[in-house]
Parts: sequence; structure tokens; C-alpha cells
Amino acid sequence: MNRLPYDGVVLVAPVSVPYVRYTNETAHWWIARALREALKIIDMMPQELDGLSVSCFTLAPDTPVGLTQHLGISPRWLDTVPMGGASGVAAMRRAARAVQCGDVDVVACVAGDTNRIDSFRNLLSAFSRFSMDATFPYGFGGPNASFALLQDAYTHTYGATREDFGKIAVSQRANALHNPQAIMKKPLSLEQYMDGRMISDPISLFDCVMPCAGSEAFIMMREDMAVAKGLPFARISATIERTNAFPDDPIQLRGGWAVDIDELWNMAGYGPKDIDVLQTYDDYPVICMMQFEDLGFCSKGEGPEFVRKHDLTIGGDFPHNTSGGQLSVGQAGAAGGYLGLVEAIRQVTGTAGPTQVIGAKRAAVSGFGVINYDRGLCSAAAVIEGGNR
Amino acid sequence: MTTPLVPPSKKDPQKRTQVPVLPPMTRSRAALGLGVMALQGRFGLQVCADCQALQYPPRDACVKCMSPDLSWQDVDPSGTVMAETTIRVSPEPYFRERMPWRMGAVHLHAGPSLNCHLHGEVGRGDKVRMALKLDRAGQGVLIALPLKGSDVMQDDPVLRAMSSDPKHRRILISDARSPMALALTQALLRAGAAHVFLGEPETWLSWPERAEFEGLDNVSILPLDVTDVSSVAKLAAEIGGKVDILINTASYARPGGILDTDTTFAGNSFEVNALGLMRLAQGFGPAMAGRVQDGINSAVAFVNILSVRALSSDANYGAFGASQAAARSISQSLRAEFCSSGLRMMNVYIGPVEGDAWFQPLPPPKVTPNAVARSVVGGLVDGLEEVTCGDIARDVYARWQTDPLLLEREMTGGGS
Repeated sequence: MNRLPYDGVVLVAPVSVPYVRYTNETAHWWIARALREALKIIDMMPQELDGLSVSCFTLAPDTPVGLTQHLGISPRWLDTVPMGGASGVAAMRRAARAVQCGDVDVVACVAGDTNRIDSFRNLLSAFSRFSMDATFPYGFGGPNASFALLQDAYTHTYGATREDFGKIAVSQRANALHNPQAIMKKPLSLEQYMDGRMISDPISLFDCVMPCAGSEAFIMMREDMAVAKGLPFARISATIERTNAFPDDPIQLRGGWAVDIDELWNMAGYGPKDIDVLQTYDDYPVICMMQFEDLGFCSKGEGPEFVRKHDLTIGGDFPHNTSGGQLSVGQAGAAGGYLGLVEAIRQVTGTAGPTQVIGAKRAAVSGFGVINYDRGLCSAAAVIEGGNR
Repeated sequence: MTTPLVPPSKKDPQKRTQVPVLPPMTRSRAALGLGVMALQGRFGLQVCADCQALQYPPRDACVKCMSPDLSWQDVDPSGTVMAETTIRVSPEPYFRERMPWRMGAVHLHAGPSLNCHLHGEVGRGDKVRMALKLDRAGQGVLIALPLKGSDVMQDDPVLRAMSSDPKHRRILISDARSPMALALTQALLRAGAAHVFLGEPETWLSWPERAEFEGLDNVSILPLDVTDVSSVAKLAAEIGGKVDILINTASYARPGGILDTDTTFAGNSFEVNALGLMRLAQGFGPAMAGRVQDGINSAVAFVNILSVRALSSDANYGAFGASQAAARSISQSLRAEFCSSGLRMMNVYIGPVEGDAWFQPLPPPKVTPNAVARSVVGGLVDGLEEVTCGDIARDVYARWQTDPLLLEREMTGGGS
């Protein structure tokens, strides 16, 4: 069956609350800040908000239900998306259908997490049953070790070099220097990347994100409402998501995008060549490279060559992770799954300010999340375009 | 390659003994099954009864057909290392003290992908033999071992931390006059033990076998009566800080059923076999538990040699069997009490021993002292918790695992 287009619903009010390394404020506080700012942009009182989608790892013992009472809102539509790095796109595509079908008028999509001293270790310890049973007893390297195994296998299968991964990290740092909200504020050279100490071979220091606290939000509403309010908006051309793809692959060399990629571009009606800016999920550069392949920007195994041939900076021929991505902005828990989408909305609405890619109209965004045992289980992707063409 | 262990230098008494910290201990109920395989030295995974699919990580329903009927079975341990990493940063105290730590992803030829520890002699691309071992938290963990290891492969630090290897360690055997004591002493010295202490009860009595110990290097005989708290306390005060492995060989056996055994004999059985173990544990256990992370010759295991009659009573040795069952129960409690320190409690189940006068009229098969020694040393090297020695013990233990009620009928209810 052909999927219905996302007609009549739009994305507005991209918000990024500046991240900090450690905080004593709670997830509730971080979520409230992003939500309040987004509501201010659309000129709505909290009591008027009728839809909410929340992604958060550190809300316990509360759930988003408790959050509604905490924040004094009475939504008639409440969603929680636990898909880690794929949460942004997944929350968006659910909210879009709910608004489109009239179940709700406005959905605020928000992701955020706190980061106290030692909370990252505690978060990891209780991350999933399979990781508790079958990865953490083996050196407790956390995600660094899991991705090190994937990068080790990818490198030896497809001939990537450390310089290739380094180019991704270095380009993102160059982008981040334009983003005043990025945690990382110093330039990074390829030499510095190569000299970075090993964390879990072959993952080195500048392959890793900095766990921090922060929040991101955007709002889904009907197009006529956005026009009436005079808000810049983006339309959704196509989306896909997939969970637990390719379970028989002995080790992960491809993500779930590879299952659904034709559907994404068919639904969009245009292809990778028409994309002006790409935001991939960058918990590690090797995953960016995997997305270049699986999203169809190059063939499987050509990721390293693709990186060598292109300039990935804001002014380059293939602008990628223009905000600096998690590698340079920081990883604020579930907000990491929103970072790329929120930046993409800014890009295609021409509101990205210092990180703006000149003339960007179409953006692709992809998410990747939840290393339950030995691989990332969630993948999602979307292509969006600016509404004021 | 593995760097051979060198004998540790003398301990600096001014330095603080490292406090034992444990690797991550929490597991799902299904994953505890890995430990059940590991404590017996078996390699196995869950297999689906409906579609025979192999499961890993341990599950509650089949990954192929969703059947809830999964059982643990022995599995071909051969695999290939697909990827490896050397972890240099971890938030977990146990691993932080042992960085860097190598682990890898192994494609088990029988099916699943396994994240596992890597022995120092294996790496990416190698064909390996998978093993399940108990780590210091007492949990079953996977390690990829070389198909053909070097002579010193057992000295690999990751493997060493999971074993109770007697090499370079000091061992106390609680009763030198046990028919097994000499064979055990010789086997432990051959396995590289630094010193063997033997307890001697009733020192005023002479016994001809004593001369055989006196000619051995690195062997000392010291007074120890497991029925006497002050005797145990005295020896613990003298050598308790340097006992790395304690092997309890003290045993008191008299034939007879419950109806015809003098309760004085029965009382002696409990005094030696059950309460003797308890006194040894109270005297030596706390110091051992505090020294589990004390370098190459850290305290590592408490070994209790039990008659397999501990599992199911034999009416010909009724009171003896009851004391053995009590000893086994004490041993189980100790296992739980030592768990937080990482000190391992190993039970070795044996049948009647050749040369033990109190089992003299029983027919063969009997287990020889050398066989017991081999089982004890083998179990220590492999880091096991439950070991059987000899045909009778192996047979009874297997039947007890399958169906304890049927075993009782067979032993006492007229099985042919």
C-alpha cells in the first residue's frame, strides 16, 4: 500500500538549549526550558498545549505522565519515544500523523537529559538486560567498546583508515566553531585527531562524544496555523524507521536504513543528489560513514572513498552535521537523537544563523540508537524541505 | 603471547592490602544459567525445544519461533574472532584497576555472535575455543581461548583471575592424616604451589606416613584439630595471612544406619565433618576473604571434600551421610557469604577412597588418592565450584541432577 504524504502538517520552532557538561538540575528542568522556549516562539500558553512527545533517559522515577502534572499541562495526546538516537525522527513521524488526522492540533516534541557526576555510569549499568548480561561483564567499556568492535570489523572489511574517520570529526569541529552553543570551542586538526589517545582501540579520544546535559525541541502543527502565526516552517517529504534489522548479520556493518531506503526516496520523489545538507547520527564517525552508504549517498563499502572525495564543512560540497554534531556540541542523552533534526529544520527554514548553508532547501536527517547488545537496533531517516520555496 | 608469572616478592607489610572489588554481578534470571554451566566446567547455551535454535544472550523465549521452552545444553565451542578491542577507559572500578582489558566479538560456528573476554593468545581472525568461566563475581562469563595454547597460557591475567590456580600459591590441607593428603600435597607441588601446610590432629599419636611428608621441600606439618576452636584459632593466628587455598580433608566415618549407630559416633561425625568445616571457615575465612585481590598469591579458594552421600542418604552409613549433608549445606551458605569478596567455594564430591579403612568392606569401584588429587588440582586450575571424582560420585551426581526423588528410590527402595 502506498503511504500517504505528510500534507498539511509542518515543523516549526526549532529550539536547542545550550548544553553543559555537568548539572545538578533535573531532566524535568531541562525539558521545561526547551518546551517553554518553543511555546514562546509559537505564542502559546502551556495550558493550551494539547500534544506532547517526550524522549528522556533520566526522568525516573517519573514518566512523561508525571511530567504533565509537574509542568501543568493537560495534553489530549501524549507520546514517549524510547528510541535513543532515532527518537527525533520517530517522534516527528508519529506526531505528524496525529496532527494530520486531527487527533491533536499541536504537538510539542521534546528531548532532554540531565548529567550529574557519575550518572553516566549509573545510566549504563541499567541500560538494557542484554547489555547487563552480555556486554558490561566484559570490561565495561560502555558504548565505546561496542562501537570499537563495529569499527574494527568495518575497517577490516572495507579498508577505511583512521584518517577517514578523522576527517569526519575534524570537519564537524570546523562547523562547531560557527555554533556558539557547541561545548567544544577549540579547533581540531587531523594531527590532533591522530594523536588522540586510544579509548577502546580503534576508537580514540576524538571519536567519542562528551556526555552532557541539555535539551532540544520542535513543534508539529497544521500548515494553516503556521502561516497564520507567520512562522517559518518545514514540510516532511518522507520518513522511514526500522527496529532490529538484519538480525542474522553476525556483526553490524549496515543499519536498518538499508532495508527501507528505496521507500524513503520513492516517497520523497527526489534522491540523494537533491539534498543540500545532511545530518547523520554521529555518536562515532564510523556510524556517519555507514549512514552515507545506507542512505544511498554512495554504495556499500565506498564510505571511506566518499569521505576522501568530499568537503563535509558548512561551505563544502557536502555539508554534513552543520551544528558540529554530537561530536562537538556534546551528547545530552536523548537530545542527541533530536540534535540533527532540529538543526535540519533551522537549515531548510533559513534560520540557522552562523551555521547556515547558503540556499539550503532540502535536508536529510537520520537517527540511530539503542545498543541493546552488540549493535544499534533503531534506525530512522527523514527528508524535509523548507516551506517557503 | 602470555608472559609467564614470576613468583611474587615478599609482601610489604606497610602497604595497604588492596580491597577486593568485583566485576559487574547483576544478571537476569536466564543469564544465571551461564554460571550453572561454568561452575561445572561445561560450555553450553540455551537451545529451543521446538525448533532447536541456539540462543544468545540468554532469553525467555526463542529468538526464531518464540517458544518459551528453552533448555541449557552442551554446545560445540568452536568459533572465529570477528573483531576485537582493547578497552583503556571504563567507569567500573574492577576493570579500572586492570586496564587495558581486551574483549572481542566471536562468531560461534554453531550460530550466535558472542561478546567475550579474549585470552592474550587470540585475536581478530583466529579460530578459537569458547569456554564459560566463573568470574570473581561468581558469574558465568565467556572467554575465547586458543585452540592450542602455549605452555604458560594459564598465566594469562584474564584467565588467571577466573581460575583458582595453585601456581605460586600457599595451601593449607586441614588433615595430614587423611588418606588423600600425601597425593594432594604432591599434586599441588607439581602444579607450582609455593608451599603446602598440613594440619596434624592428635599430635601425640605417631603415624608411619608422617615420614613421607618430612622429606618434601616447601611442606610444613603444623598442629590442627578441627574439633577444637582454640586449635583452629591458634593456627589461623600463625599462618592465616598466608593461606591462599584451604583444602578441608578432615573426615570422620563410621558404618551403620541411624537405628544402630551410637549417637557418640554420630556426634563425632558432625563435630569433624560439619562443625569442623564451620570452625575452619570462621578461623581462616575472613582473612582469606580480605586477601582476594592480594597480587599473584592472593587468597582464591576454599575447598571442601565431600562424600557424594551428602546428596542422597545411604542407609549403610546413615549418620555419616547426615553429617555430609550438613557439611554440604554449610558449604552452600559459605559460598553465599564469600560471594561479596570473590573467594570461591569449591565442593569436590567423591566416592569411597581406596585405603580408607572405614570403607574397607565396600566393593569397587573406589577412588584412588591420586584421582582425588587430580580432580582437586584440575578443579582449581579450571576455577570450578562443583567437581565430581570417580565413577560412583559422577554417577550419583548425574542422577541427582536429573531426578533426586528417583535417585532416592534407587538407593533405598529396591532398584534392581
